[in-house]
Amino acid sequence: MRQITAPEITKAVKTLFLEANYQIGSDVSAALEKMRLAEDSAIGKEVLGQIIENNRIAADEKLPICQDTGMAVLFIEIGQNLQISGGDLENAVQEGVRRAYTEGYLRKSVVKDPLFDRTNTGDNTPAVIYTRIVPGDKMKIMGTAKGFGSENMSRCKALTPSEGVEGFKRFVLETVRLAGPNPCPPTVVGIGVGGTLDKAAQLAKWATIRRIGTPHPKAQYAELENELLEQINHLGIGPAGLGGLCTSLAVHIEYYPGHIAGIPVVVNICCHAARHKEIIL
Amino acid sequence: MFENQEIKRIDLPLTSETVRGLRAGDRVRLYGKLYTARDAAHKRLAELLQKGQPLPVDLQDQTLYYVGPSPAKPGYVIGSAGPTSSYRMDSLTVPLLKLGLKGMIGKGVRSHEVIDAMKQYGAVYFCAVGGAAALIARSIIKSELVAYEDLGPEAIYCLTVEDFPAIVAIDAQGNDLYQTGPEDWRRGRE
Repeated sequence: MRQITAPEITKAVKTLFLEANYQIGSDVSAALEKMRLAEDSAIGKEVLGQIIENNRIAADEKLPICQDTGMAVLFIEIGQNLQISGGDLENAVQEGVRRAYTEGYLRKSVVKDPLFDRTNTGDNTPAVIYTRIVPGDKMKIMGTAKGFGSENMSRCKALTPSEGVEGFKRFVLETVRLAGPNPCPPTVVGIGVGGTLDKAAQLAKWATIRRIGTPHPKAQYAELENELLEQINHLGIGPAGLGGLCTSLAVHIEYYPGHIAGIPVVVNICCHAARHKEIIL
Repeated sequence: MFENQEIKRIDLPLTSETVRGLRAGDRVRLYGKLYTARDAAHKRLAELLQKGQPLPVDLQDQTLYYVGPSPAKPGYVIGSAGPTSSYRMDSLTVPLLKLGLKGMIGKGVRSHEVIDAMKQYGAVYFCAVGGAAALIARSIIKSELVAYEDLGPEAIYCLTVEDFPAIVAIDAQGNDLYQTGPEDWRRGRE
């Protein structure tokens, strides 16, 4: 059985969140450049120019792209033939997040209790962690620094089976329209559909970290993603919500088989600072 | 029209005359002093007002920037410092406008109550580009703690800015670029 140590995991998680916060992914920057060329609103072009310039400064000087360095969310796939020694996974991951945020000049944005004790935990922990056991002996860590300007604009709905695809499209478009300028467009729209409500929410988050330019492998979903992106980019919200073509960079849908009685759908919006990264150990 | 529009230099604190001269859609660069305040600081200011106690800052003619910066790296004045969503401050803003607050900087929509109070008291709402936080930080040349150090990134700081890039989102007549910008774009497509 292959072994890795808890400190190796901690180091990888720290590196992941530092790099994700300083350096926008090549998929996001390519999409922003493409949209700047396509944008037909002068104010929209200027906003996209500022975003691209900002991302260059952040990468060059190792500064956070956005001051909201997010809540850390991780999806970890653990090969079943891999053994962790010298500590446990949960603590190793939280320690990596702690070190990235306290040593990397990232903002600490997590409070102890959502309702009764909103004091800052001081190190941006705890992170939200999802794990999955998979075949093999590797560990794949995918992390995203999720900003809350866009998180706050996310919505969920229990659609009825009779509402179907049309009801799904209506709800997605309504969510983007209601969000308007608040989630820092151009956004990445992550959608989870099917399963249970919690499953759909997890899939929606998962959808936000898919590389832009990678359509859903199933043709029907890939077409639906394109159709929704096209419609969203006709709403006129535009970069920063000041009017223009480019409201979203991508629409990503993930689905799960569901119950005969319902279609849970969650739309999780991510700002243009779509900061995610993966490391394989 | 926007690409040919001149960029206006605006000095802070604002004057009534400056506020009256600004229109939604104007591109501006801000110079001078402003104060930071976001959710937690607004809550404390509101509590003081309710108790009839004085605020730690005289807001007459001042501008509030809705921001919670990241920590400053050694050798830097401030960390990344882009705007946060303004709507969360809406329910606590009208009493501050009554006290003479003339400018606000943030991102995103404002409520009808805030816009009505901006018209009544003569105030302007600027937007900065959300997520352009490292770029905006370059225009901040000084940062001094004013109050609520315990709030960390949510404390009130006095910032001195030079060439701070912003756009007038809502003017003192109530014109709202978040309404008219998307509407104009859609009309242009018809």
